[in-house]
Amino acid sequence: MKKYKAIIYTMAMALLPLLSQAQQFDGEFIKPRNGKFLLQNATVVTVTKGNIEKGSVLIVNGKIEAVGKDVPAGDAEVIDCTGQFIYPGLFDGGGKLGLVEVNSVPETQDFSEIGNVTPNMQALVAINPNSEAIPVTRVSGVTTTLANPAGGIFPGTAALINLNGYTPDQMYAGFKGIILNFPTSARRSTWDRRSDEEVKKDAEKAQKDLNDIWGRAVKYHELKAAGGELKFYPEMEQLAKAVTGELPLLVEVNAATDIEVAIKWIEEKGVKAILTGVAEGWRVADKIAASGLPVITGPVLSIPTRQSDRYDAAYTNPGKMAKAGVKVVIRSNDTENTRNLPFNAGFAAAYGMGKEEALKAVTINAAEVFGIADRRGSIEAGKDATLFVSSGDPFETRTQIYHVFIDGYRVPMSNRHIKLYQEFLERSPGLEK
Amino acid sequence: MKKLNYILAAFLVMVWMPSKGQTQKGSVLIKNATVITITQGDLEDTDVLVENGIIKKIGKGLTANNVTTVDAKGKYVMPGIIDAHSHVALDAVNEATAPITSEVQMADVVDPYDIGIYRALAGGVTISHAMHGSANAIGGQNITLKHRYGTFNPEDLYMKEAPRTIKFALGENPTRVHGRGKNIQPRTRMGVEAIIRNGFNEALQYKKGWENYQNESKQKGATPIPPKYDGRLQTLVDILDGKVIIHCHSYRADEIYALINTCRDFGITNIVFSHVNEGFKVAPELAEYTMGASVFADWWAYKFEVYYSTAYNAAILTENGVITSINSDSGELIRHLYHEAGKTQRYGQLSDQQALELITINPAKQLGIADKVGSIEEGKQGDLVIFNDHPLSVYAIPQMTFVDGVKYFDIEEDQNDMRISVSAMETVEPIFLKEHDHSCMHGVDFFFTNFGRNLFEHSH
Repeated sequence: MKKYKAIIYTMAMALLPLLSQAQQFDGEFIKPRNGKFLLQNATVVTVTKGNIEKGSVLIVNGKIEAVGKDVPAGDAEVIDCTGQFIYPGLFDGGGKLGLVEVNSVPETQDFSEIGNVTPNMQALVAINPNSEAIPVTRVSGVTTTLANPAGGIFPGTAALINLNGYTPDQMYAGFKGIILNFPTSARRSTWDRRSDEEVKKDAEKAQKDLNDIWGRAVKYHELKAAGGELKFYPEMEQLAKAVTGELPLLVEVNAATDIEVAIKWIEEKGVKAILTGVAEGWRVADKIAASGLPVITGPVLSIPTRQSDRYDAAYTNPGKMAKAGVKVVIRSNDTENTRNLPFNAGFAAAYGMGKEEALKAVTINAAEVFGIADRRGSIEAGKDATLFVSSGDPFETRTQIYHVFIDGYRVPMSNRHIKLYQEFLERSPGLEK
Repeated sequence: MKKLNYILAAFLVMVWMPSKGQTQKGSVLIKNATVITITQGDLEDTDVLVENGIIKKIGKGLTANNVTTVDAKGKYVMPGIIDAHSHVALDAVNEATAPITSEVQMADVVDPYDIGIYRALAGGVTISHAMHGSANAIGGQNITLKHRYGTFNPEDLYMKEAPRTIKFALGENPTRVHGRGKNIQPRTRMGVEAIIRNGFNEALQYKKGWENYQNESKQKGATPIPPKYDGRLQTLVDILDGKVIIHCHSYRADEIYALINTCRDFGITNIVFSHVNEGFKVAPELAEYTMGASVFADWWAYKFEVYYSTAYNAAILTENGVITSINSDSGELIRHLYHEAGKTQRYGQLSDQQALELITINPAKQLGIADKVGSIEEGKQGDLVIFNDHPLSVYAIPQMTFVDGVKYFDIEEDQNDMRISVSAMETVEPIFLKEHDHSCMHGVDFFFTNFGRNLFEHSH
């Protein structure tokens, strides 16, 4: 017996060095977690089918399996949401989240390539799934964003991403569009010191360039469709997808007269298009509505484009377009502060759009414009489980967001901003060591 | 024809705007409002009477003869919002010609025609601290403005009773402009600290020179030669003598801590740190040794020195006892500081009281004007805003804004076009897709263009 004990003892001693090799860390890292979840007893804001009081949402395998008043839990993990609200994940209709880490450090800027015509530059390729700004954004309930390349006339192809995943493909949300920075008669900024004449000349030249480029893309497509063997031309290869309608054009256009020219151009060329920016949309809202083109507008929190405009021209713009019958999506056009998207919607709501329409502008309207409304944009059985739980109206700053689910993954309610808060609220040591 | 229209419009606007030869004081009686006093709680169904620019009485059932009455039933009245860091109404921002330019005065470049003043009023902001930019370690002297929009005289905008303040700047901006832009010190945070320290030491010498001269002058028959006057050093002496409040552009905890130490060595206590994104890391030190921190609600990652920031900054600072305010540094943000203050409820769950102090009494303290503005109290100046909803709600819309009892913004009555100056040469009104004026690095962007990138956005 004693011998036996001695053997065990020796064996244990022999194992000790192995044990001590496993490092001991404090705390636990919380990862996004897939599973079956039942969110119980909340006000479910479905967006498309009204509100369900004391309702529940069952999440299974990344999908919403059931929504209603009495949903049995089965083997799902129950999350009590009494007194809380469930909303579909919010869409930001455009910005640079994922394409840049620190705005002023060029080594971290991946949104602007060299060249004026680079439609083949794919935003999705350059998305950094581990950007610090992604977890900072998603705890606000903004779950889905459009990553826009910037720069020349055709700067690249934008991609819609969900804010969870470790590869761009895991994040891809099912929409791409080729950006066209439509020739503009406006000034780029208050720094733009060109004369009126120069501005006009530049706009005319840009318009000529655009038509020339487009003509080439059409030609390229025609020759290829006729079976012609063409020299490798990646820019035209990509633009041809807009010619055929395989990909829509995201037409960035802001000044009123430019919007009118753009609408005509789009109709003339017969392309599938979405208008973006549209800062002066309110001036020509009826014409946009008549065109049937959807609009992605914002930021709502911006100054008017003209000094003579009413101070709230940018706040009221989405509401005026929506009232005229335009399908409106709101964007922050931001990067690290994409989390302000719900507040942009809140301002639009306050200044004429109304809460209901503003909520649509960042949920179902966006899903429809991006062509994924069968899977996203509302809380309905069968749709993707991309949603969040809050203490109330997500447009209000006082509202707390409690849980966020993206494609059925429960994402951690943590990020660098929160960790710094946890560390520094009561610093140790304090003033004296 | 179009040109004629513009000239006509300009003329009409000028006729419409009352000409104000001297600072106007007004009287108004606001009735039946929820009065958010800031210093004495919220008062339901209460009236506020302003007479000749001063809050005369706060109470129920007030009456006054020959005074405009505003019925604010169901509405909220709060003190005029104060922005402790702004560049609105300035013709120029940076005198980026030396690491120390303390002789420069922003009062010399106040532009009363700036539409930005009216837009700020429409956001309830009645006072802004018009600051020099952040190109220099020690920049120019700032000017505190009251938003008396409509005057053509810059001096009407000055808040003459406000103490003098000066801009300091640490970190990337001064090192980039001088160190990398011109190959002179400072290029590092060591250099910035040394420039400021050297400046103060030189100022002490200068002060001593004048003291010696004065002492010698007192002696019978003495005819000493006075030292040469130096506005730059004299301003630094005034800082050392406690006559000028420093407002220091800063981001990182290390540079903030270094300047706190410098100030302690020179006995300076009148210092406010501005932006101060990493202030939360040295919150106990800021609470103990300074007049506080004036921060952004949520800005970060627009440059490397703000990468390790948190939107919980204001909450951490407040909970640590630092006098904290939220500022704009932007002609856009200044229009919704009430909303920015509201963000401290998302990030750190500050109470309504704590959140509203960030844009009223706290910035007033940091500008040395808390005895005159920043709360609704009898005897204070009649700077007031009426909101249709609680000002921390995202749905709140400012309805009227008063400065010294005079109404400068009225959502119902004001025309759409509120410019008071239109160039007769302008045939086509320019359309600006982005506004980049009114920021800290205004006027020094040319130092960055050779880095091959556009730093116009977020270059604070």
